[in-house]
Order: sequence, then C-alpha cells, then structure tokens
Amino acid sequence: MTLMDKNLGLVEVQKLEGHTDRVWNVAWNPAADGVLASCSADKTVRIWEQSSLTRSWTCKAVLEGTHTRTVKSLAWSPCGKLLATASFDGTTCVWENFATDSESVSVLQVHESEVKSVSWNASGSLLATCGRDKSVWIWEILPEYEFDCSAVLTGHSEDVKMVLWHPTMNVLFSCSYDNTIKIWCSEDEDGDYNCVQTLGESNNGHSSTVWSISFNAAGDKMVTCSDDLTVKIWKTDISRMQSGEGYVPWTHVCTLSGFHDRTIYSVHWSRDGVIASGAGDDTIQLFVDSNSDSVDRPSYKLLLKKEKAHEKDVNSVQWAPDKESRLLASASDDKMVKIWKLASEP
Amino acid sequence: MVTGLINENPIIYPKKERRLRTDSSTTDEFTPEPIDQLEIFDHIRDIKDPEHPNTLEDLRVVTEDSVEVDDENSYVRVTFTPTVEHCSMATVIGLCVRVKLLRSLPSRYKIDIRVAPGSHATEDALNKQLNDKERVAAALENPNLVEMVDECLPSEE
Repeated sequence: MTLMDKNLGLVEVQKLEGHTDRVWNVAWNPAADGVLASCSADKTVRIWEQSSLTRSWTCKAVLEGTHTRTVKSLAWSPCGKLLATASFDGTTCVWENFATDSESVSVLQVHESEVKSVSWNASGSLLATCGRDKSVWIWEILPEYEFDCSAVLTGHSEDVKMVLWHPTMNVLFSCSYDNTIKIWCSEDEDGDYNCVQTLGESNNGHSSTVWSISFNAAGDKMVTCSDDLTVKIWKTDISRMQSGEGYVPWTHVCTLSGFHDRTIYSVHWSRDGVIASGAGDDTIQLFVDSNSDSVDRPSYKLLLKKEKAHEKDVNSVQWAPDKESRLLASASDDKMVKIWKLASEP
Repeated sequence: MVTGLINENPIIYPKKERRLRTDSSTTDEFTPEPIDQLEIFDHIRDIKDPEHPNTLEDLRVVTEDSVEVDDENSYVRVTFTPTVEHCSMATVIGLCVRVKLLRSLPSRYKIDIRVAPGSHATEDALNKQLNDKERVAAALENPNLVEMVDECLPSEE
C-alpha cells in the first residue's frame, strides 16, 4: 500500500444535521451504497441516504417513539434488511422498514438496565447484546422474527461497553468497564458458549475501560481502544482456527500511545487497512501498518490527525463498507454526523 | 428510606468573601474576558450538600483552590473533598458539580471531576465512575437521581 507516500487528507464531505442531542453511533448499511444510520441521546434513530443524482446525503427517515431513552448503539444485519438498536431504556429493537412511521418488528427486553451494544454474526443468524447489568446475551433468530435466547454470558465484573462478532467465525468479543476484553465461543457439541480468553492488563491489555473493538478485513487482527488513551493491536492464527483445530488465542502485537489525550471512544479498521480512531479530544486520527507489504514486524504509524474534527467528543468512527470510496462517517457530542473522504490533498 | 445521616455533625466553615470582579482598564468591552478560577468557583460554591442544608463551600467540599482552569484550552478540573471518607453521597456531589458546570460553562469546555487524593475510601472507583460519560448520561436519564441533583443546585437567578 502506498498510503504513507501520498499527501493524504481527511476532507469533510458533508455535515448531517438533524439530531437534537449527542450522537452516540453511526453504522453504514453493508448491502446498500451510501446508506447509514445514526442513533442519539435524543431517543431517535435517523436513516441517511445518498442521492445518486446530487451525491449528497439527506435524512430519509426518523425512527422515533419506540425507545424511551438514549439510543446507544445500532447494527445492520449482514443482508442490510434489518437494523438492531440498543437503548438505555433496557430494550433492543429490530427494525425492518425504515420509514418514519414504521414500528420495530421485534423488541427484546431482558437486560435489567441500559443496553449498550448490539451485534449480528457474519451469517445474520445470531444477535448479541450487552449492558450495564454486566451480562452478554446471545439470541438465535427464528422465522417470523422470533428471537430465542441461546446464551447468557456472565464473566465481566462491570458493565459491558460493546459486543462484536468476529467477521467470519462464530466467536464473540466483548469489552468492559472492568478493563478487559473477553472472547466467547462454543468449543463442543452442545453449543454452549464459554469464555475462552480474557485479555487484561496482565497480558499487555488495557489499564482502564475498553470502549471499542474492530477487526481487519482478514479477521486475523483486532484493534481496541480505551480510556487509558491507547489503541492496541492484537493478532491470532486465523487459518489454524478455521481448520478446526479449536480455539487459537489472541496475542498482543503493539500499543499506540501518545496520540490522543482524552478517552478514545471508537476505533474502526477499513477494508484497505486504515485504522480510524475517534476520541474525547475532538480529533479523528488514522493509522496504517507501514510494513504491511513486507514480512517484517508490523509497524503502525500515524497517517494523519484531524484536529477539531468535531466541536465536541467524537463518539464513533466508521468506514464505509466498500473498498473504493474511502468514506468515513463520524458521530459526536456536537449533535452532528459527518461524512469524510480520505483523499489526496490538492 | 431515611436512615441516619452519614455525617451527622459536619463542620461549617465561614464563607469566603465574594470579591467583585474588577474591570481592568486595559481591556475594552469587546475583548472577551477569560474564564478564571474564581468565576468557576462562583458557579459551584452555592451547590447544596445532598444531606445537609449547607453549601459545598460551607462544608469546604469545594474551595477556590479546588478549581484548575485552562481557558485557552477550554479545560477545567474540579477536585472536591467529601466530608467523610465513606461518604456515599460523593457520586451525587460529583454529578451536581458536573451538571452545574455543563449548564454554566461554554460548550467548548472539557470537564474532569475527581475527589481529592486520600479523601475517599473508594477514590479510584469513584473517579472512574464520575468521568465515564456513558454512566453519567445514563444517571442523568434516571428521574430519581435528576431530582436529587436538581434539589442541590441553586436556583438560577
């Protein structure tokens, strides 16, 4: 990759205004070009669509009146037809029609308090949720949008900030206020999920709340970010694991520190290898492995730092799912969603 | 619900004299005046203690020196001292200070709230909780907590 050589900049393409309070998260529809959803402390979810004519984004729908508190997180199913939303009101909703007056097709209400994150597995057959009650739930999706609880995972000692399925395998990752990342999978016939690994401070893990997790395209590397102001890269031997050898542990590769000076809330790895991070210091920063073409040890370098990307904390950064557009969406306490493009500066 | 007070006999300290802001003759009315320590102290000194009729200033939970401010970088840190080491009201006090500053300061400000080193039995846990913005956001959507916080905040004049 020649990313390091070019004079690249993060160019603001559009500012999406509409939310009336802090925006917590954004998610691109993986199956439709230029469609994204955002969720906010204003209790609503907004669906934004890019016009094929003008190339600009407009708000196509506001999903409101269902969640009664902050909508913290959201995730599209892999086919792009369903959207799951997690709220401080204790419910997770699944939506099918994204029109302003539409109703959710399912409401999952089991967490005792705030639901903080939701994630679909690669095939769209399982959904995971987590929350302040320290638990992680796995749901099986049955016909007619019935959701059947298939596991309740307890192991974290504090609230769970995020859950994320591995991009190809049925392995679930969770990160928490207890400073750890836990990895859950089912190793035997009975299909029971167990915690197979905990990445904590004693194995080069984080020393404060872990806020977010993301995987590279191949699924053999993971990036995490934390209130300890660091970004950490982890790796595993994916081919051994896919060949059915059983669980292969993840190990620490490197720690990127000294870049952000307030809590890092979000990291996201693009299809073409660029890690974006967003933080409470209002910046968005991009990192790449400058040795990715060689057999040498990976060497992650700062590609660029966007100062004042937002007027307040950056809560979420998400690359568009296609490999070509190099579009990045960000969400902030300043009530804005922004679309950026990684492009050569004139 | 009301059991015994956590600190039944708090020491009441004299209030600090309120200084009038002196207009410096070197600045004109168009020059924005930087926000200083005293201005921020003025925002929080009259917050009422959650379990006493006294203010945070009366109980020396906050003093002018509790406030560190860097106006140029839009940063403020308030370090408060609970009256007793096991004060279970410390979370509420921290929330009150944060809410008051969120309402009073320009939105560009980053705010950190902590308890004074050595002043509380669960200092690290408390500081982590007071500065986790997701937990703060969730707390401020809890009607009971919001009511407690509002009762402690001085009415806006």
